[in-house]
Amino acid sequence: MSKYLHERRNSSIAVGSAGQVAVRDLVKRYADVVAVNGVSLDVRGGEFLALLGPSGSGKTTILMNIAGFDFPDSGRIEISGRDVTWMSPDKRDLGMVFQRYTLFPHMSVLDNIAFPLRMRKVGRAEREKRARAALQTVRLDGYGDRRPAQLSGGQQQRVALARAIVYNPQVLLMDEPLSALDKNLREEMQIEIKHLQRKLGVTVIFVTHDQTEALTMADRVAVLNLGALQQIGAPKDLYEAPATEFVAGFIGESNFWPGIATSDAAANEQLAVQLEGGEIAQACAATPLRKGTQVRLAVRPERVRLGPAAAGGVGGTVEEAIYAGSVTTLMLRTKGPILRARLSAGDETAEPRPGADLSLTWRPQDARAYPTS
Amino acid sequence: MTKRPTSFTLGGRTYSPAASLLLATPFILVMILAFLLPLFTLLHESLSVPKFNLDNYARVFDQEVYLRVMLRTLRISALVTIAALLLGYPLAWLIARSRGLLLGLLLIAVLLPLWTSVLVRTYAWLVLLQRNGVVNQILTALGLVDAPVQFLYTEGAVVLAMSHVLLPFMVLPLYAALRGIPDDYMRAAQVLGAGGFAAFRHVVLPLTLPGVASGCLMVFLLALGFFVTPALVGGPQQMMLATLVQQQVTELLDWPFSGAIIGVLLAFVLCLVLIFNRLIRLDRFVGQV
Repeated sequence: MSKYLHERRNSSIAVGSAGQVAVRDLVKRYADVVAVNGVSLDVRGGEFLALLGPSGSGKTTILMNIAGFDFPDSGRIEISGRDVTWMSPDKRDLGMVFQRYTLFPHMSVLDNIAFPLRMRKVGRAEREKRARAALQTVRLDGYGDRRPAQLSGGQQQRVALARAIVYNPQVLLMDEPLSALDKNLREEMQIEIKHLQRKLGVTVIFVTHDQTEALTMADRVAVLNLGALQQIGAPKDLYEAPATEFVAGFIGESNFWPGIATSDAAANEQLAVQLEGGEIAQACAATPLRKGTQVRLAVRPERVRLGPAAAGGVGGTVEEAIYAGSVTTLMLRTKGPILRARLSAGDETAEPRPGADLSLTWRPQDARAYPTS
Repeated sequence: MTKRPTSFTLGGRTYSPAASLLLATPFILVMILAFLLPLFTLLHESLSVPKFNLDNYARVFDQEVYLRVMLRTLRISALVTIAALLLGYPLAWLIARSRGLLLGLLLIAVLLPLWTSVLVRTYAWLVLLQRNGVVNQILTALGLVDAPVQFLYTEGAVVLAMSHVLLPFMVLPLYAALRGIPDDYMRAAQVLGAGGFAAFRHVVLPLTLPGVASGCLMVFLLALGFFVTPALVGGPQQMMLATLVQQQVTELLDWPFSGAIIGVLLAFVLCLVLIFNRLIRLDRFVGQV
């Protein structure tokens, strides 16, 4: 029965599945290190998916397996409904932009862009026309006769982008393509790539270790750590409801406060947690919890509300107020760990001075309880 | 060759071009006294003895014997260069792609012959190729031939032995050129639709052309003046220019005529270097849509 269902699902993928990418139970080991440990991903056609994680999280290994530069120990890769697990890269009809500049130095910019067309036996006149059009798409018309070495880093990556889209692949892979650029140029290119992706309707799988980049560009973000998929979802879901403690700490900032669950709770159900230091706080279970389970509470600094002392909630004393223009960060001494709270400039609350005693509260849904295993 | 005076820095101090010159002086002196001076003496003699004219040079081209030696030298050198390129490129590719122990072993395998005397390596070929040599014994034992085959003193033997002796001079520049190509170029070519061979032909090969050129030039030039191997493996039947010069000098004591042969060889080599130099620079500007 389940096998039948599985097959039906696969066949439904094969219908109208242009640009879909599926990674199934991917496992990849290098010597005795497990780089990817059973990751499954479904990327929809036309979707912008970011693979986000620290170095060693397996994000690049997954991309290399999708591209065909590496092959899995077990698991499958499907592109547009085709099983491509063992197919060589040139047969997969993918576009790819690399981290380092990979324009061929012995060819002009235009020849570089025309290269994939030449490999596809497109006629000379046609490929020159299409290469020029692609060059225009990345706003570099007039640069066709230059050598790659005569272009700046940002220009080179734009040409690499033009080269990757000139043959209209349904899937575009990007391996940290902006990491070598400086901050302003990087932000400009992020917007440009995002616009181009919407215009072309191409599926993009974008590897990055920069969470801001992932959150601003992607429709969905897959967070990886130590070769395992932690969570996949829209940027807002990741930030508002991190599935694991790792995600809570990796995406944005979180305060962590150890405690013990005082009752059983289903996932996303409210419960009271006895915090280290003895106080009780309301929280929301990230996963099903049993009474007495050791948990860690994650609270975002900007979700900590400050009130006058003895107004309920947990007690805290201002240790330090760090002014940084648009925001002020308060370091608060509590009966547990030091908590960070963030105030926006122009906040109605008076700026608390160091030494002030406050009460700290938060909405139950802003404090997520993760079991400590 | 640089237009700016050359200075150098050491330990934070910059030294003047005069200091550079001072450091190079011993080398320059040796070059002048031991190389340029005798060479010019010889070339001068070739033009002025017995009379100041081009008679000695005319003799090199007039007499069929000498012309034949010259053509044979060119032909053998060309064949050796081609053989070394065909053998050396795959080997250099393998070395450039290997890591760790394999890399070390392969590099030693390439370099070890360089540290062994040419004479020793040539005698090894004599042992292999002679009438009762290893190769003939194997062929006879396998019943492939009835009588021992004449390998020694043939052009094939000379080409074979010289290709082996000169192989490192081809492999090392090729290895350096291949090593300088980042893996991502090959990957980019592949993902853009180039199969293994197409990626090699359109990306790797063009990027290694300077290495190919310098390897070929090096092997060809060394082959032109090679002495020991052709003399021993080729014998008098396969005489090359260097052997001819040696014969003229030690047996016939004809210094002026030797000078003329050397002059011809030198002029040829200089032309070749100039042409190659131009070609390597040109290839940067070649490309097509």
